[in-house]
Amino acid sequence: MSAPRGYETDVLVIGAGATGSGVMRDLALRGIHCILIDRRDLNAGASGGNHGLLHSGARYAATDTETAAECRRESELLKRLAPECIDDCGGIFVAVEGDDPGFAARFPEACAAAGIPCEALTPEEARAREPALGASVVAAYAVPDATIDPFRLVLENVGHARGLNQSLYLPHIEVEGFEVAQGTISATLCRDTRSGEAVRIAARQVVNAAGAWAQRIARLAGCDDVHLVYSKGTLIISNTRIGSGVINRLRPPGDGDILVPGGTVSILGTSSVTVSDPGDAHPTHAEVDRILTEGAAMLPVLRETRFVRAFCGVRPLLTASGAEADGRKASRGFALYDHRGEGISNFATVTGGKLTTFRLMAEKTADLVARRLGNTAPCRTASEPLPSGAALRWTEPGAAARDWFARADATDTVLCECEMVARSAVDEILAEAPGAEDRMSLRAISLRSRIGKGACQGGFCAMRVTSYLYDRGVYDSPDGLAQMRDFIEARFKGVRPVLWGAQLPQAELAEALHIGLAGLDMAGQDEEP
Amino acid sequence: MKRATRRIEADLAVIGTGMAGFAASVFARGRGLEVAQVGHSGAIAYTTGYLDLLGAIEGVAWDDPWAALAELRRDAPEHPLARVPDDDVRAAFGAFIEALGGMGLGYTAPGARNLRALLPYGGRKPTLSVPLTMLPGIEAADAKAPALILDFDGLQGFSAREFAINSAEHWPGLRPLRLAFPGMEARQVFPEVMARALETRAGQEALAALIRPHLGEARYVGLPAILGMQAPDRVRAAMEDLIGATLFEIPTMPPAVPGIRLRELFERGLPAMGVRLEPQLKASRIELGAGRARVLLHGPMEDIEIEAEAVLLATGRFLSGGLGSDRERVFETLLGLPVAQPGSREAWHSAAYFGPRGHAINRLGVAVDGRFHPLGEDGAVVNDKLHAAGALLAGQDWVRERSGAGVAIASAWAAVRAIADRLRG
Repeated sequence: MSAPRGYETDVLVIGAGATGSGVMRDLALRGIHCILIDRRDLNAGASGGNHGLLHSGARYAATDTETAAECRRESELLKRLAPECIDDCGGIFVAVEGDDPGFAARFPEACAAAGIPCEALTPEEARAREPALGASVVAAYAVPDATIDPFRLVLENVGHARGLNQSLYLPHIEVEGFEVAQGTISATLCRDTRSGEAVRIAARQVVNAAGAWAQRIARLAGCDDVHLVYSKGTLIISNTRIGSGVINRLRPPGDGDILVPGGTVSILGTSSVTVSDPGDAHPTHAEVDRILTEGAAMLPVLRETRFVRAFCGVRPLLTASGAEADGRKASRGFALYDHRGEGISNFATVTGGKLTTFRLMAEKTADLVARRLGNTAPCRTASEPLPSGAALRWTEPGAAARDWFARADATDTVLCECEMVARSAVDEILAEAPGAEDRMSLRAISLRSRIGKGACQGGFCAMRVTSYLYDRGVYDSPDGLAQMRDFIEARFKGVRPVLWGAQLPQAELAEALHIGLAGLDMAGQDEEP
Repeated sequence: MKRATRRIEADLAVIGTGMAGFAASVFARGRGLEVAQVGHSGAIAYTTGYLDLLGAIEGVAWDDPWAALAELRRDAPEHPLARVPDDDVRAAFGAFIEALGGMGLGYTAPGARNLRALLPYGGRKPTLSVPLTMLPGIEAADAKAPALILDFDGLQGFSAREFAINSAEHWPGLRPLRLAFPGMEARQVFPEVMARALETRAGQEALAALIRPHLGEARYVGLPAILGMQAPDRVRAAMEDLIGATLFEIPTMPPAVPGIRLRELFERGLPAMGVRLEPQLKASRIELGAGRARVLLHGPMEDIEIEAEAVLLATGRFLSGGLGSDRERVFETLLGLPVAQPGSREAWHSAAYFGPRGHAINRLGVAVDGRFHPLGEDGAVVNDKLHAAGALLAGQDWVRERSGAGVAIASAWAAVRAIADRLRG
């Protein structure tokens, strides 16, 4: 057997979501070299499976003042430091007939306790702000909710770290085990999930930021102190933007109680179902119908809205016993484990939490790791703006279209007509986006742009982008077609539960293309007669 | 201002302007019926141009479509194709292809075996008949002949390199070449526009001059389907003379030239055959009742009312609007004909998109009897004047089965024959 591919670094970070990429950037800002790995690619877990809400904290004000205040502080900070990732669209909370009037009445006071600005609106004022609201609004408050593009955020984290000290991001690397000697992890043993090749990473410190997979990774290192419960949240994406800001239902959290705009679309969420395995979660028809029914009580227009896709994320929730007994509790929302009680001195796990507080989670984790490395540089992520980059701007709905119209370059063919993603955007991603040093694919480009995410859901653009990747020499074997087939098959999990009404003809046309024109269902059967 | 109403009388009103509707009008004129045809769908522009009969059953390709039909009659007697005898299927394809030839578009004569037609990404597809402009590609592939494959700067969704790489295992010696289409340099180009440019002698000469120096050892030149819109066989012959090699077309992503050719051909050819065609109007209501049937349409300037002895529903599926759906059910849109439901929405699609068994929703549709009369909930004929044909019919999955043209042409043939028999008493 050949020797495994080897890497050396100061810190290995496992899990390329918001937290892991945040830890990578934080450490790089302190001059510490990192390698970030993910068994799939950026935001493959809960960081990519949420509505992109940047919480004002108002959602938690009634039940958890501390978490609410934490969200307020972090969201104010991110609005300043990462404005290109954020749409500061504002938000409202509305109660409709039948909702508990007591909950609504206590809301302003709870917000005040957490320091969250909260302005009372009459139902007429609320409808003037959000015309999609129905006639049954009985109470409404405006709060400083905003939205954040989690894909751009993570691309910027990784891009910044790479630029600071050549910290490295390696997608499709799965951890299989650890070499442990005298209470220290000497190497992390991994596999490249595409080539099957063994990969060995020697690092002085290892950070487990694997989100819902954190318990599993900790166990591989022999640590039994991380205890998680998995909560699946399903969301659905509309074809157009329905609200100008975030619209929350003013009641204790439940299904279908939030509609979040994202560029040119809106995202309705969220269900919450406990699952036993974070790896096998798909949105279901029943969840879609439930959040739609609940959402329509607040926003009747949802009954007629065209949805293009459902998706879900699995939130890692901490069980109280695990966090209290063994972990060092950093805050109510997340936990940082130093694993000293488990006899390992250079391993840390951070999990739980939410997108809005990812920076704080990364700071606490990086503080621990830097201290262990004897690095005394302070955390800079609370003051250092996220630098943007040309190759990172393609994930925002509407951004590619604005760019294309502004440039009006007749030679720059549009590959994705739903989202107006041009060849030049794909070129830029191939050249510069984080992960581009690795082998790119249709799926990797889709993750770094809006390709496959518009009304056709990849019906046309998957084929066009694949042809372009053949032209560019990115694909040079029949494997490119297999990649297209796998991409379309994977997208279908999210397409399937929202196929009715206006979206069904779209799916019918896509099937005629994928099967009738491309023959993807019988690919490989084309033997000699 | 009061809107005027124009009245049209006909023996047969054909609702739908897809393959089934056009075939029905051709067959009905052939039997001497007076025909009015209406529709609004452009879905025919999405075809590859190939006329499939039956190419696959449950994910397995069949070389012999007639043996596949025999299998279908045993295993799926409710399938629309299973209701039409071989001789009628042959006669239907023969009459349809002859009519296409008469209108200026040559197709190969149906044979005993399926052809293995070229696909744009390198695969092959079992089909019964192909446009003559596409036949040499099959011959070249079967002979593994050296060929030049062209694509064009600024053309979307077709890559000669992709075609060559994915064909290489069975067809080595393909040489991809990218050209700038004459007069359309440095911009996005569209197959339809290129096809119209090649209808002129100057356009043909300019492109041929670009191709000739690259010919080398190649005896064949393959290119995306752009060899003219109205008379592709003549354009191909002229280009072959100029280049000195055999040319063949490869279908491309829609909206593609082969489908637009068919639509334009019918829109020119059917009125010339005496069909009163309204290709941009959607029927808004059908009244069957006693006496003659009435089909009502609202045009931009006037209303139209067709009175006919028989109505053929060929309105297609979801894309063309013949079927609709909400979160709970699938329905037929014009008459509310019963559609057997497979259960809740979850049962409509399988979890595996590319699975060989396909999706239950693709087999939903309007159930018919042997004369292609739609059936009511009780299993009885809804109305003697009403027939249905094409993709709207239940029990078929034309995309996976490679049976789209087969279902359309055979069911149109059988329905029109039943109508003609009844009207002649």
